[in-house]
Amino acid sequence: MASVSPVRNAETENMNRQPDNARDAAPSLAKPPEAPAVASSSLRFKVSKLKVFYGSKEVLHGIDLEISSNVVTALIGPSGCGKSTFLRSLNRMNETVRHARLEGQILLDGDNVLNMDVVRLRRRVGMVFQRPNPFPKSIFDNVAYGLRINGCKEKMSDAVEHSLRRAALWEEVKDQLHKSAYALSGGQQQRLCIARALAVDPEVLLLDEPCSALDPVTTAKIEELLFQLKPTCTIVIVTHNMQQAARASDFTAFLLEGNLIEFQKTPKLFTTPSDPRTEAYITGRFG
Amino acid sequence: MNLRTIWRKTLNVTMLSLTGACTLITVSVLFFILGYLVYNGGRDLSWNFFTKLPTPVGETGGGVANAIVGSAKLLFLAMLFGVPVGVIAGVYLAEFSGKTMNFVVRYTTDLLNGVPSIVIGIFAYSIVVVPMRHFSTLAGGFALGVMTIPITVRSTEQFLRAVPNPLREGALALGASKWKTILTVIVPAAASGIITGIMLALARVAGETAPLLFTAFGNQFWSPGWNQPIASLPMVIYTYATGPYEEWHEQAWAAGLVLLGLVLVVNIGTRLVLARKTSVAR
Repeated sequence: MASVSPVRNAETENMNRQPDNARDAAPSLAKPPEAPAVASSSLRFKVSKLKVFYGSKEVLHGIDLEISSNVVTALIGPSGCGKSTFLRSLNRMNETVRHARLEGQILLDGDNVLNMDVVRLRRRVGMVFQRPNPFPKSIFDNVAYGLRINGCKEKMSDAVEHSLRRAALWEEVKDQLHKSAYALSGGQQQRLCIARALAVDPEVLLLDEPCSALDPVTTAKIEELLFQLKPTCTIVIVTHNMQQAARASDFTAFLLEGNLIEFQKTPKLFTTPSDPRTEAYITGRFG
Repeated sequence: MNLRTIWRKTLNVTMLSLTGACTLITVSVLFFILGYLVYNGGRDLSWNFFTKLPTPVGETGGGVANAIVGSAKLLFLAMLFGVPVGVIAGVYLAEFSGKTMNFVVRYTTDLLNGVPSIVIGIFAYSIVVVPMRHFSTLAGGFALGVMTIPITVRSTEQFLRAVPNPLREGALALGASKWKTILTVIVPAAASGIITGIMLALARVAGETAPLLFTAFGNQFWSPGWNQPIASLPMVIYTYATGPYEEWHEQAWAAGLVLLGLVLVVNIGTRLVLARKTSVAR
């Protein structure tokens, strides 16, 4: 563990030196033709025949899905369709649920996540939850948490600033870093949680309905944020909000009752879905 | 019809007064005890009472300084023995135990909590006093420590369970191992509650006499170190109150007042601190 942290730290520093405008400019260049981001992407997750059981209940019935790097992949579907379960399989958070069982294969960059050390896996695959869950610590300590448990001790304040900037929260909190995180508004808390996840420099960021407890303005901020993170991070987002999936994602997967119904480029799925059930769902006939 | 209404109303009023009266009795017992102690023991409270050793019968101006210090030392030892075991077992109970184990451990701690304190005293006697061949502070502290364990276990467990699950998931998702999650997020989040539980447990055993009878034994003088018999407030009260002299009775009242005062201060103090802390955190 100790041998890993200096490397990570160096990476963080490098990114820190990168001028701010370079990061800001990248997505706006990338978006209109949509080509650069997608073209540079490679396969990150390869999920095959994934089945998840809670006790004797089968929640996912064999899902095959490939998630590319440096794009935003959205998972949509009605409540209880298994999209959160799918997301939580990717970083093995399902294992915290008692009697949860998993079959099939999930490859992250070619390695089976089930054989990986779970702590390592979760450091590579960060997660943001439905409700903001900052720790009852100061803003600074929240962001620094991931670095501290990695054994990193130096350059903490630089790394914290960098993460808060990436989460577009720095300007709002820079004068109150040592105040309790609970003093922030809900939207700020959620961005703090994103900053906390980004601090350990994950390759993948999983978001489980991150905006469902937030107002539209804050939601727009977070969507903007996803866009800016794309060049450095693979993003998988679960959302109830179809507009959000349409706005913020490059690929969309539609799940229904534990089955993957359709997986397409987002514009195609929302304009010319190939499965009638997808069409029924996105036109609001059910769900 | 009219008769039934009257009957119903009478019954209502009767039940209300009955519950009210019982509540009033419950509340007033504390104030009655406090008032009685102040009335009987207040006169004997003086600077000497807190700073001087007991004097031989007949002489005036003696105090119970050794018993106050003795109680403090015994409680310190009790904390040393009981708190780590209680808190760590509480962590196991809240974070690790499965259904069966949880039931077994909970049931056992509840039973341990119900063991009469005199029996705990015998236990400490046979385990510490007999091998050491003499009464000691150590034995008394051990007996009190054993008594704090079940209370600390249950209060720790309760406060840990009250920590919202998303906090656990948040830490785990950042790649924290389970024990690191517990150590760095969950226990700190419940810290004020756990500390309150500990203080209440100590306040509870501070007044125990029975387990000290044949462990700490009692002492008329200072008890340096940890290896000699030692005086304590409850023991002083017991000895003085059952003694034949009028001055002793008065001093017993005063010692009772001091003991109750200390317990109340600890109790109210921790609750106040807790209330302030939680209002800051939320």
